[in-house]
Amino acid sequence: MPDEVLLRLEGLTKSFGGLKVVDDVSFEVRRGARLGLIGPNGAGKTTVFNLISGVYPIDAGAITLDGRAIATLPPRDRVLAGLARSFQNIRLMPHLSAVENVMLGQHARASGLGALLTPISWMPRGRWRREAEALLAEAGLDIDPGEVVSALPYGIRKKIEVVRALASRPKLLLLDEPAAGLNPAETAELARFLRAIATTGTALLVVEHDMGFVNEVCENVVVLNFGRRIFAGTMADARLDPTVREAYLGAEEDPAHAA
Amino acid sequence: MSGYWAGILAILAINIIFAYGIFVTAAAGQLNLGGAGFMAIGAYAAAVLGEQLGWSPALTVPAATLVTALVGFAIAFPVLRTRGVYMVLATFAFAHVVTGVILTQPALGGAMGLVVPDYVDLPVLIGAAIATTLLVFWLMATRLGLAMRALHDDELVSTLMGVPARAVQVASFAIGAGLAGLAGGLYAHHFSFVEAQYFSALLSIYVLLFVLIGGTQTAWGPLVGATFFTVVPELLRIGGSWRYVVFGAIIVAMMMFRPEGIVTRTLLARIGFRRRRVADAR
Repeated sequence: MPDEVLLRLEGLTKSFGGLKVVDDVSFEVRRGARLGLIGPNGAGKTTVFNLISGVYPIDAGAITLDGRAIATLPPRDRVLAGLARSFQNIRLMPHLSAVENVMLGQHARASGLGALLTPISWMPRGRWRREAEALLAEAGLDIDPGEVVSALPYGIRKKIEVVRALASRPKLLLLDEPAAGLNPAETAELARFLRAIATTGTALLVVEHDMGFVNEVCENVVVLNFGRRIFAGTMADARLDPTVREAYLGAEEDPAHAA
Repeated sequence: MSGYWAGILAILAINIIFAYGIFVTAAAGQLNLGGAGFMAIGAYAAAVLGEQLGWSPALTVPAATLVTALVGFAIAFPVLRTRGVYMVLATFAFAHVVTGVILTQPALGGAMGLVVPDYVDLPVLIGAAIATTLLVFWLMATRLGLAMRALHDDELVSTLMGVPARAVQVASFAIGAGLAGLAGGLYAHHFSFVEAQYFSALLSIYVLLFVLIGGTQTAWGPLVGATFFTVVPELLRIGGSWRYVVFGAIIVAMMMFRPEGIVTRTLLARIGFRRRRVADAR
């Protein structure tokens, strides 16, 4: 069912102290799709992520994931429903090792007291640890999996965050500026990795300022400005759209070069 | 072994168990400054069950552990509604309530204390300390332990990874309380006497210091911290009354130079835990 809708946002609205940060936003993410969510700073992109993942409650609207209304569910139940996300600023657990951070991402899949009370940190041959190390290797991370993450370089930590989100085997992966702060080689490699993820059926919703990266990774984009959806379609059409141009020209930039 | 060192070993064993009780809670990011209150509950539970019901220590000590864990479970709900320094104050206040209740209850001996029947000897204490150490090492290696350590670092992100934060925090608080109760039960039977005055604010502060100075990142921390705090003051006895000054200076220096505690993961990595790359695992 390649055309089936996985995530549907309808009339999503959120205000902070009288300021409408997200204003009547609707769009859909299809199963296995790669959708970019772009817009100038302060357009409400990260807030949309926080509403979808349940960090904040919504003021109005509806969120449907895989046919199920999730807007009132606690964040944990949304993870169980197939949602995973990364963060704009790296939010790995600094005192945990790389592999432990990834194993934390598996938490939603480990249910029952037995799974909770099985030692996973000591057992290099245990299934959870093997799987987490394999995932790190698949992402092209040639690191000591036992290394505490606070000791690792920025680009590696950024990537571990994506791997941690993947460890829950989500149907939908929300990535908040995954390429921010990466060098061009790292960015290109991340784009390849994300396209490979999408071929396994995981849908991507990507917030990103690097338009070259969005062009590489995403098939379509939704553009937000001042909390409202001003465009939905292909990247090529977005470049030609007068409303989008105006939103970006406010920042004296062509969307193709906005960074 | 001289009686002097046997006495120190007994205190050390009890301190290690007690410290693990505080550690299990601290590892999940919660500071319990009411340790003495939980230890008192365990000690008095063992004392009352031994005296009134004539139970042997083989029964009173596990029962004391269980009773304290249940109290910890019940207390966790109001306490965990508070955060940071307020949580520290809430646990501190709880310990005061416990000793206050003991002092006003004639059935608990009031300020006179209670004589505890059935002596528990040093080997049992050492065995219990070893068992507790192994239990906590195992716990920290499980997925529950991983969830606890994750909550310590970032509660919101842990929740977004599917960790049921409240349940894990309540569990770690109750398990920690149970271990403090175990330390109390063993204390009661080893010293054959309990009095409310022993379970003072100073004791709560000391055991939290064992844990913070030892380090909350790994299960080695409480073992090192409790040993350090129990043995070093004894070794400093040769310095006469200056030992308090020296010991205080050592604590300040530790806080300055090892703010994350004596044992950190970086330290363990440096002293020779084998390094390996992801590629080797394939």
